[in-house]
Amino acid sequence: MKKLSQIKHSAAAAPHIVWAVLFILLPLFIVTYYAFTDADGAFSFENVTSLSEYLKIFGLSMELAVIATFVCLLVGYPLAYIMARANPKRQKLFIMLLMLPMWTNLLIRTYSIMAILDDGGILNTILNTSMHIVGTKGAVIFGMVYDFLPYMVLPIYTCISKIDKHMWEAAADLGCNSFKVISKVIFPLSMSGVISGVTMVLVPSISTFYISQKLGGGTFELIGDTIERQFVTGALNVGAAISLVMMLLILLSLAVMNKFTDSEDGGIIA
Amino acid sequence: MKKYLKSFLVLLSSFILILSMNSCKDSDESGDENAEKDDGSTVILNVYNWGEYISDGFEGSMDVNREFEKYYYELTGKKVKVNYTTYATNEDMYSKLKSGAGSYDIVIPSDYMIQKMISEDMLIPFGAQTIPNYVNIDEQFKNVYYDPDNMYSVPYTYGMVGIIYNEQLVDPEDYERQSWDLLWDEKYRGKILQFNNPRDAFGSAMYLLSLDINSTDREVWNKALDKLKMQKPLIQAYVNDEIFNKMTTASAAIAPYFAGDFVTMAYTNEDLKFYYPKEGTNLFFDSMCIPKSSKNVDIAKEYINFMLTEEVAVENAIYIGYASPNKLVVKNEYYIESMGETAMDILYSASPKDLNAEYNALYGTTCYESFSPDIQLYVNTLWESLKTENSTELWIHVTTIAIVVSVFALYGYSTYTKKKRSRHYRIKK
Repeated sequence: MKKLSQIKHSAAAAPHIVWAVLFILLPLFIVTYYAFTDADGAFSFENVTSLSEYLKIFGLSMELAVIATFVCLLVGYPLAYIMARANPKRQKLFIMLLMLPMWTNLLIRTYSIMAILDDGGILNTILNTSMHIVGTKGAVIFGMVYDFLPYMVLPIYTCISKIDKHMWEAAADLGCNSFKVISKVIFPLSMSGVISGVTMVLVPSISTFYISQKLGGGTFELIGDTIERQFVTGALNVGAAISLVMMLLILLSLAVMNKFTDSEDGGIIA
Repeated sequence: MKKYLKSFLVLLSSFILILSMNSCKDSDESGDENAEKDDGSTVILNVYNWGEYISDGFEGSMDVNREFEKYYYELTGKKVKVNYTTYATNEDMYSKLKSGAGSYDIVIPSDYMIQKMISEDMLIPFGAQTIPNYVNIDEQFKNVYYDPDNMYSVPYTYGMVGIIYNEQLVDPEDYERQSWDLLWDEKYRGKILQFNNPRDAFGSAMYLLSLDINSTDREVWNKALDKLKMQKPLIQAYVNDEIFNKMTTASAAIAPYFAGDFVTMAYTNEDLKFYYPKEGTNLFFDSMCIPKSSKNVDIAKEYINFMLTEEVAVENAIYIGYASPNKLVVKNEYYIESMGETAMDILYSASPKDLNAEYNALYGTTCYESFSPDIQLYVNTLWESLKTENSTELWIHVTTIAIVVSVFALYGYSTYTKKKRSRHYRIKK
């Protein structure tokens, strides 16, 4: 009897296991394989050791991603807070407005930003100015913030709206002013939402390549662009090595971030 | 508020209704297709071409692929369906074919790429002479350096790189120099565009410095890199297809690009003008080839033959805007009229007039040859160093450090107060 239910259990899990093996483990294995072989398929460390050339690009990608994530948090947290505190009807409208841009493809949104901010673009035509925005780092950061902001707001919003409403009253009763209610009670309680928001913005920001290509004007390269170019020019092994190192870096930064959450809340990776 | 919501909902639902009606239509059509497939005789012909590189029925032009399907059915009584996909660069196409990710019956690479693919045994030597309409190709485009025996390729378009400038934004004395050095002119800082691919970007510097564009000497490439590094502060952006937008909206004033695309841009913005630099420039050919992965070589040859007929070639040449190697096209009155005098002049008169002799003399200096893997890798490295040159700014370091430090400080502070608090409670207990 027990065995039958066990079989049923594993049968139900089978599709997910097959998925995980086919689309997660196998690709990981292939990337690792390519990273440690040369063009002829022989084992080699050369790809990984040659990565020191890309140190500058790694650094710049990390820095821009950190800044974009921070701006997202700065803008996103108050927005999420206001959303969670609004009455239910308003909340739905807020979420709708937040999600609406995401119905348009990321590439199209980025291309449109380029058309708007360009030197002879819509913004400069309307204001009759000649601001040079596209091609600067600021434009790339703006693009990241614009494209990834919902990923920051939604987890924080979910987290805050789950907090018991009486917490506010209790904190106020115990002598907190409204600033202290947020800083001492609500913010620590919403930490797990902040961490998942930060992760969901930081990771795609580090590896983005389209945003930097279009809004950066091609005057500099982020690590995503470098990987893309390696694959396009056929240097699969170097591309795989960069991807692998980037995955490790992201894993490392997630591990550091998990330190910030209290252990009882649990982090992104256990 | 409610009123707005209602009208919004009405709009939304009508929109969904229209969508669903469309999808009904679609499913009907696909039903027809399935019916066609069911009789078992429809063959799929996979054509892999550059984006915007065939007349596709847009604004009343001929839909070449559908016409071929009809033509082939009338010719043989067999049904064929053209599965048409596109790529943005030669390298994209190459890596897709090389990795075996797709099986194609027709590809249209450029000269140096054809050379590379022949050397790697990726193309079928079908013999251009066996295609009846090959006689329509002008003699000067036969026996070219990348395919000397006309075994692997049939020319589709050709063209040259030149400099596009905006008449309103560039002074006459500057564009009258007719030189590559316009791209290095300090006066137009922030208004200059450059190719975002190593081959063409290095090419522009090498023509200006009279260097060999196919050099195998690393020193030569280093010199070109230095020139490009000098240019970088003046560059607004390194671009590929974004150039259309940037030039037609006058975001940028000067850019090197292909003559055929200039013709398209000039339709949108009449201030745009064009010249071929006096120091020489790149001449390229895009030719139809049949890759080794093709399963329908005979139909592919029929397709190439169809592309060379006067009517189809004219439609394509008008749509694409690039120069045509087809004798019948160049003489066609409808074609000459639709292109206009300026475009005809730029596309044909300015390119070398003397037939075979002059071209063959030029092959060495104006056409790209395929790199050895060694030089390919080296040029890639140089391109990277151009991109990373001065790529960071101080404020980025400062902001990042400030963020990281403040986050850690905050964390340290909160753990400190937490510890203090818990110690406090423990004592109380």
